[in-house]
Amino acid sequence: MNNIIEIKNLTKSYGEVKAVQDVSFTVREGEMFAFLGVNGAGKSTTINIMCTTLAKDSGKIFIDGTDIDNDALSVKNKIGVVFQSSVLDRALTVKDNLEHRASLYGITGEAFKQRLDELSDTFDFKDLLGRTLGKLSGGQKRRIDIARALIHKPKILILDEPTTGLDPQTRKLIWDTVNDMRKKENMTVFLTTHYMEEAAEADYVVIIDSGRIVAKGTPLELKNTYTDDYITLYNADEEAVKKLSPNYSAVKNGYRITVPNTESATSLIVNNREAFIDYEITKGKMDDVFLAVTGKNLTGGDSK
Amino acid sequence: MNSLFIITKRNIKLFFKDKGMFFTSLITPMILLVLYATFLGNIYKDTFMSVFPAGFEVKESLINACVGGQLTSSILAVSCVTVAFCSNMLMVQDKANSTINDFSVTPVDKRVMSLGYYIATLFSTLLICFAATGICLVYVASVGFYMSLVDVLLLFLDVFILVLFGVAISSIINFFLSTQGQISAVGSIISAAYGFICGAYMPISQFSEGLRDVLSFMPGTYGTSLIRNHAMRGVLEEMSQSGVPEEMIKGIKDTIDCNIYIFDTPVDIGTMYLILGGSAVLLIAVYVLMNVFKRKQKN
Repeated sequence: MNNIIEIKNLTKSYGEVKAVQDVSFTVREGEMFAFLGVNGAGKSTTINIMCTTLAKDSGKIFIDGTDIDNDALSVKNKIGVVFQSSVLDRALTVKDNLEHRASLYGITGEAFKQRLDELSDTFDFKDLLGRTLGKLSGGQKRRIDIARALIHKPKILILDEPTTGLDPQTRKLIWDTVNDMRKKENMTVFLTTHYMEEAAEADYVVIIDSGRIVAKGTPLELKNTYTDDYITLYNADEEAVKKLSPNYSAVKNGYRITVPNTESATSLIVNNREAFIDYEITKGKMDDVFLAVTGKNLTGGDSK
Repeated sequence: MNSLFIITKRNIKLFFKDKGMFFTSLITPMILLVLYATFLGNIYKDTFMSVFPAGFEVKESLINACVGGQLTSSILAVSCVTVAFCSNMLMVQDKANSTINDFSVTPVDKRVMSLGYYIATLFSTLLICFAATGICLVYVASVGFYMSLVDVLLLFLDVFILVLFGVAISSIINFFLSTQGQISAVGSIISAAYGFICGAYMPISQFSEGLRDVLSFMPGTYGTSLIRNHAMRGVLEEMSQSGVPEEMIKGIKDTIDCNIYIFDTPVDIGTMYLILGGSAVLLIAVYVLMNVFKRKQKN
């Protein structure tokens, strides 16, 4: 797969505040990429620079092989953005909103009607086209926001905390549709989220803290590097668990032993087969990864 | 062109969806007319009467028509600019509620975007100012109507050009604003100050010579004078035909700014159109270029 986004030594300061410090990473075409960090970590600054709406201090960014300094218009045609909060016009209808935003990409007339048909089918909002945006539910609005971001068939879809505040059912619907489109159109998804279970689904994750990249890798690599594994024994006797490892804690219906990695877990089980009757091995979560590398919790989702 | 049409359509729709913004803009000229007629009507009448020497007889309907012409021309001259400021809020609102971020990630031509705001504001301002012109004409008819059809048509042309100018200047000023509070403050300042600057509240002829010279460089001054000339040509001609000496007519014209001078040189009607129209075109070009050359956000 080609690198569709290449960021090299990106730096940006606001006066004395160093928002982004020597950040470099790549995103492969068609993958789902998660960019994690607490508020103020430098995520939005990086995204705004990628979208060519914010000037950088130094560094290079290539979008689909195009240097953003050389051809900003071409870059803008390749990127669709779903902002944290809806920025569509609440007083206008869904159709008026999408017609206006499509015209900003030069999509008008029949081309617009055709694209509107496709998107309203995909996101199931044909019956909402004549409704005023301000009167839609949060989930309905979010679907329209995503449709707006996809109006010009971008190669990269930037989702800036797209599901914050949505109910689980709507979140699932949105992710199913986005993943479906990603696969069908080989679209790259660049995600920032506070929901760690969403980040865990990404192909690649970069964690940024205080403007610097503090960890990157696939979710598995990050979990293996930064978290322990857990063996949960159900209906076990505490004395028996204590003999297996002093590093344990009580959980519902059993005990959980913390081991450094899967290899250690396997070794413990093989050497004490009689103690393992009803058990499971689990890896650490992305929350644990985030906490381990930043010392901070991301608020939102299941993370506290 | 299609994009420009759709962008303009969005801006116009949003203006009319905001009922408060629309009705405020619409009633402003009407309120001004009522206030002027109530509080200034008699003062204007006395001023006109004082021009004539004792014993000189002028029909009261002519005096009333003069007062009506001066009142309505003042209101229209002020409204064309102040209504433009009231109507031209969307570009600031788009910044205030971050909608502009959604536009800035698109490859839309900045000229198209800026013209979209300009044309939409022009449309809504013209609508309101033409309605105000209609109301003013009804008022003039009720006190004494001496305007010809050509005068009426030229009056609408004057309003059109002054609105072109007003929208352009409001676009340039609003370009630098980014919050609702700022635009309210600027709107208040413009409403209070513009009437004086353009000679609507008080004829420029009443100011000191230095101030008169400064104000002669303000294009809005010529807008006021054009409107006043066409609103009052008929009644002044009628006065002339009824025996009022030409010198006295000239005196009235000088007093109420129908005659404007740049350093004692009279400016004819054609030159006034040229100055006002040229300024409008120049300001529109400046506004579009400001958008085109707007630098990428640094913060």
